[in-house]
Amino acid sequence: MPATTDIVRLIVNGDRHEVGVPTHFTLLETLRYVIGLTGSKQGCDKGDCGACTVIVDGEPTLSCLMPVWEAEGRQVTTVEGLATAAGPHALQDCFDLNGAAQCGFCTPGILCSAAVLLTRNPSPSREEIQEALSGNLCRCTGYSKIYDAVEAAGRRLLDAAEAP
Amino acid sequence: MSVKPPNSKSDLRLIGTNQRKIEGLAKSTGRAVYTDDLTFPGMLHGKILRSPHPHARVRAIDVSRAAALDGVHGIVTGQDMPTTYGIIPWTPDEYPLCVDRVRYIGDGVAAVAAVDEDTALRALKLIEVDYEELPAFLDPFDAASADGSTPYIHEPHKAGWNGNVTKMVHLEFGDVDGLLDGSDVVVEGEYFFEGTTHAPIEPHCAIGHWDGSSKLTVWSSTQVPHYLHRELSRVLKIEQAQVRVLQPLVGGAFGGKSEPFDLEFCVAKLAMMTGRPVKILYTREEVFYAHRGRHPFHMKYRTGATSDGKLTSVDAKILLDGGAYASFGLVTTYYSGQLLCAPYTMPAYRFDSKRVYTNKPACGPKRGHGSVQPRFAFEVQIDKLSEKVGLDPFEFRRRNFIGEHTRTVNELRITSNGFMECLEAVERASGWQEKFRKMPFGRGVGVAGSTYICGTNYPIYPNDMPQSGVQMQIDRSGRVAVFSGASEIGQGCDSVVAYIAAEELGVPLDWVRVMRGDTDFTPVDLGAYSSRVTFMLGNAAIDAAVKLRKMVQEAVGKSWEVRPNEVLLAGGWAMWAPDTSKQMPIREAFNLAEAEFGTLGSTGSYNTPKDVHGEYRGGTIGASPAYSFTAHVAEVEVDVEAGIVDVKKIWVAHDCGRALNPILVEGQMEGSAYMGFGEALMEQHVFKDADHGRAGLLDAPSLLDYRIPTSLDTPELESLIVESIDPEGPYGAKEAGEGPLHPSIPAIANAIYDAIGIRMDRLPFSPPNVWRGIKAARSRGSLVKPSRPGAP
Repeated sequence: MPATTDIVRLIVNGDRHEVGVPTHFTLLETLRYVIGLTGSKQGCDKGDCGACTVIVDGEPTLSCLMPVWEAEGRQVTTVEGLATAAGPHALQDCFDLNGAAQCGFCTPGILCSAAVLLTRNPSPSREEIQEALSGNLCRCTGYSKIYDAVEAAGRRLLDAAEAP
Repeated sequence: MSVKPPNSKSDLRLIGTNQRKIEGLAKSTGRAVYTDDLTFPGMLHGKILRSPHPHARVRAIDVSRAAALDGVHGIVTGQDMPTTYGIIPWTPDEYPLCVDRVRYIGDGVAAVAAVDEDTALRALKLIEVDYEELPAFLDPFDAASADGSTPYIHEPHKAGWNGNVTKMVHLEFGDVDGLLDGSDVVVEGEYFFEGTTHAPIEPHCAIGHWDGSSKLTVWSSTQVPHYLHRELSRVLKIEQAQVRVLQPLVGGAFGGKSEPFDLEFCVAKLAMMTGRPVKILYTREEVFYAHRGRHPFHMKYRTGATSDGKLTSVDAKILLDGGAYASFGLVTTYYSGQLLCAPYTMPAYRFDSKRVYTNKPACGPKRGHGSVQPRFAFEVQIDKLSEKVGLDPFEFRRRNFIGEHTRTVNELRITSNGFMECLEAVERASGWQEKFRKMPFGRGVGVAGSTYICGTNYPIYPNDMPQSGVQMQIDRSGRVAVFSGASEIGQGCDSVVAYIAAEELGVPLDWVRVMRGDTDFTPVDLGAYSSRVTFMLGNAAIDAAVKLRKMVQEAVGKSWEVRPNEVLLAGGWAMWAPDTSKQMPIREAFNLAEAEFGTLGSTGSYNTPKDVHGEYRGGTIGASPAYSFTAHVAEVEVDVEAGIVDVKKIWVAHDCGRALNPILVEGQMEGSAYMGFGEALMEQHVFKDADHGRAGLLDAPSLLDYRIPTSLDTPELESLIVESIDPEGPYGAKEAGEGPLHPSIPAIANAIYDAIGIRMDRLPFSPPNVWRGIKAARSRGSLVKPSRPGAP
């Protein structure tokens, strides 16, 4: 039996999408294979690695575990939505500058977790960063450069907020 | 006045400074493209049916019900590709899909291409395989002692031999037994290194495309597009010139993607059968079954020394548990012994290594291939010897330093060697002298050293062609295009060629484009393995860039009526070195060169020196144009009630020759130390036995159960770069990707001993294993802080 499909309405990075999806699809499958936003990655498909992390209504969310219907009508932000026309998000630039992305496959999920952290606390301690990223596995960096990048981005966001 | 070529640090501008990676922003903005991000019109999705038995004959496969399912477009079985392949040309023992025998739970037997994954999965359930189960070999000692009363895992190499043996190596240098007998102290130890796996975050993925008449294209998350190219041609029986392999960015590999896998053959064959693009993406569970991870090693060492702490003789006996197929096993068996002979002088050395097949996923190369396990054992042996002769373990290591520009006991050529500087760096940074044997019970520090190759001196298939090639072209816009066949797996090799082009040709870094990962349009580079890329690709890139630079210098010199070697190319300008106010934009300089020489392009290549190995059978394996050196200090705190080891910090000093981009070197050092830490404390590749479920079933094929360190687990890591400036490396560079993993594990083991006086000779140092050691030490009354060196 082919899967049943239905129309789902999503708001992703501010854009409204009405797309037909198999009813068992996750948010991740819909983002990647239906809408074509392939920035969010699938590393395990069962919520263990965090590579699929996106932001749903301000919360870091494992999109591989969220049935797409649960995201209907909510604000979904992916790694592609962190940058603006003015340029990349401070985190994105600082990840590049600090060598925080090696293979880059965990990076989109880590950026979403870190973006939520910095929204709530732009000057987190190392322990707070470690806690916030504890659901995102990175196999390349040993995490050190990621912490450097998050701290640098936090400082940059604070400086921008304090600028006249 | 003449301008020197940029070979001393003061002459270098971009090389040696922190730089962004050329694909860095693409990765942090989600634009970077990996294989599974690609999709093509009409693309089908494939799935592979896998064996539920560890060892069985395949009597028959009936695919008729699956083929009849709506949405199924093609099915292949082993009979469709009955040609064996293997990464090592002498041991081709795998079929893309099993033909008559399955050899581990997870071995592929059939593949389906269907309109979507769900349909493909339904079709798999309709395939009927008639298996005749055979007794399985799960224990390497059982496999080694098999007598043929039950079927061997493979056909014996020769009649009467044990078909479970992949390879045996016995090599002896110097008077091992005589020197051991004459040693003042001899330490005997038995060690077990548990198998571990790579666990890159990107699962393997491949897409096949057939143009309907003659051209096959395969996209793959591989580390070795060139070898994949060759094997696709051989197995599918089409000319190499008809095959194109494309390598999108690879989401981590660590050795786990360094040979062809079933999915690549299956997408190719299914695409040829159906005339449509076919994608297969491994599930995470399949990544665990594909494996090729670190071999479990059972090791015995006898190591002798004089009373003043000079190594005399080393005798090693190693059994390698290889899993179901040969993979790189021939090389692993050699590496298990060959790579131990530095950074210490050993007057005599013997190793006896045997690799056996077992009915488990095949082991292969993982970061630090073949040498991480013996290095663990040997550096613990050295710690034990140091204690016996009453020396600080740093002092013991210094007394046995092999030196630079020398040969090892097994005749491998060593060039630059910054090991002494590495020792000094970690000793000072860690505060060793205030800590060793001086911290309270439960806290301790440990040191270990290591060496690693910068590429294998001889390619996997014998040939005299270059190991790495680069093409470069410059045009009248000022743009530099680099065509590189090297494999970007996150380590930064695409950026390295861009840095070199910018350095030599004087253009801003963002004027350099790197065309990569496409066997149709890039010269051959053999792949991202054995830490070969910076050294070999870097030298090839310098070769290509210098040829272009000389043309530009000549054209500008002619125009200015000055000597060509007085023309400096830097920062987007051509300048006259004696008076740099005389200058022109680099674009104009390129235009002058194009007018002088025509369209501007060059090729560069690198091949290894041929006199760096030992003159004996196997003496080429382990030979490398240069060796990196590393030292670590680890500091731990052990909870003796729970058996929990808390690694507080690891100091990592690494001689990388020259850090072409320090931030990338540090990233490799930290990532290596992290990975070694994970293997030391957490990672275990465990299989069920008959008493605990289905014998031979991988116990934990998920990233939840196979525990890799999270941000909360990983200790603080401090990188200390040591630069020995190798005479043959690109700007003096060697390697940084694998060497810095090795000492993590023995440094932690030695720190546990310093903390609580128990020797961890068995990995991992997980709470159950540590707790068992504590319990045994308690009952012996030896759970105490060890005494200081030289203390009575």
